[in-house]
Amino acid sequence: MFEFTADKCLIELDVNGENKNAIVRPSDLLLDVLRNQFGLTGAKPGCKNGDCGSCTIIMDGWPVKSCLVLAVEAVGHTILTVEGLAGTSPVQKAFVDYHAFQCGYCTSGFLMVCHSLWMMKSDADEEEMEDWLQSNICRCTSYKEIRKAMESVLLQNPQKS
Amino acid sequence: MIPIHFEYYRPQTVRQAVETYIRLLQEKKKPLYYGGGSEIISMSRAGDIHPGAVIDIKEIPECMVFEEQNERLVIGAAVTLRQIRDSRMFPLLGTVSKHIADHTNQCRITLGGNLCGNIIYREMSSPLLLSDAQVLFFGPDGVRRALFTDAFQLRMLMNPGELLMQIHISKQYLKSPYRYIKKTANEKIDYPLMSIAALYDQKSWRVAFSGLCASPFRSLKIEEILNQRHLSPLQRAEMVSELVPGQALSDYRGSSQYRLFMLKNTLADMMEEWEHV
Repeated sequence: MFEFTADKCLIELDVNGENKNAIVRPSDLLLDVLRNQFGLTGAKPGCKNGDCGSCTIIMDGWPVKSCLVLAVEAVGHTILTVEGLAGTSPVQKAFVDYHAFQCGYCTSGFLMVCHSLWMMKSDADEEEMEDWLQSNICRCTSYKEIRKAMESVLLQNPQKS
Repeated sequence: MIPIHFEYYRPQTVRQAVETYIRLLQEKKKPLYYGGGSEIISMSRAGDIHPGAVIDIKEIPECMVFEEQNERLVIGAAVTLRQIRDSRMFPLLGTVSKHIADHTNQCRITLGGNLCGNIIYREMSSPLLLSDAQVLFFGPDGVRRALFTDAFQLRMLMNPGELLMQIHISKQYLKSPYRYIKKTANEKIDYPLMSIAALYDQKSWRVAFSGLCASPFRSLKIEEILNQRHLSPLQRAEMVSELVPGQALSDYRGSSQYRLFMLKNTLADMMEEWEHV
């Protein structure tokens, strides 16, 4: 059984394909560890209550809100942050092409949801896409552009087009 | 950040989990079983709860199982809402999953967490109340099996240290016709003003409610009225308003009168539709 009872402990996380060490408390949140210990500030603190989605990262392929994950829980799982996309995701290009952001604060969270959708459900229909996108909030209301960007990526799926 | 310190345990077996819980309880560490963690983290952060230890059950095989075994569907307590909806193994349960929180949170929220958490709606209970589900607990004395309708009375009734391990649902209910309606005050994603789950069994409809009263419920008296097809849907819906077992909730989402008004109209609409089944 894995036990973590000390005040602080060294853990190793698989983040963006690299093994990274962090000294954490058992109650430390993954969001805080990513930002404060690894300098990966793409995941943004917003509501810190799992509502807004600005802290979304991808864990084992699926989107999760890193403000609602303990850092210690992430041991043994693969973590992907927006920095890990490194401009390689078609979703990033689509966001630029469709002007799918204004202030940009929510963008990394949206990108991670969209990237995960593209990876896990590239045959998603409109209803499913809407379901996924509803996990995030954009206070500048770029929803229409974000949706168009995501649609354009899904249409690249040979099955869809 | 969470402003308190707690210990973290990740057992590999149900026995380890329960023994750890009992030991921590004796040490007055206020342990909690930990599934997806959404509620424990948000409530700890807000200072509403102060666990001294959490026991993560996501590596316990019995809690992660999700498969058909013989004539029943077995769902471990740590299976997520996303897995349940994506599997389409029990469409009514999947539909209810789809309406709890948002998709990203559904990737973390577990069946056990929704049933045993503090948030009163516990919407995943409705399909289980309707499908004669069984629940398996693991406690200091080993496995205990109970009918879900007996084990869920306002909330899950568990003995000290017991862990909700699995839910078993007979295959006969998995593909039955169903309806599910969730009403919210404004937003698509919100706690329910009221939700109604209905499952057709042989010749009659079974119905369970969440958000209407302080706890989800199923009422045989209400079902008896709803299945009297010689009465019009509106007549039946009006009679049901008198049979709600308890005070309808009244809060900033809606007054009790508004909830009862909505109950009547929603049930009438639902019955109009299910006359064709």
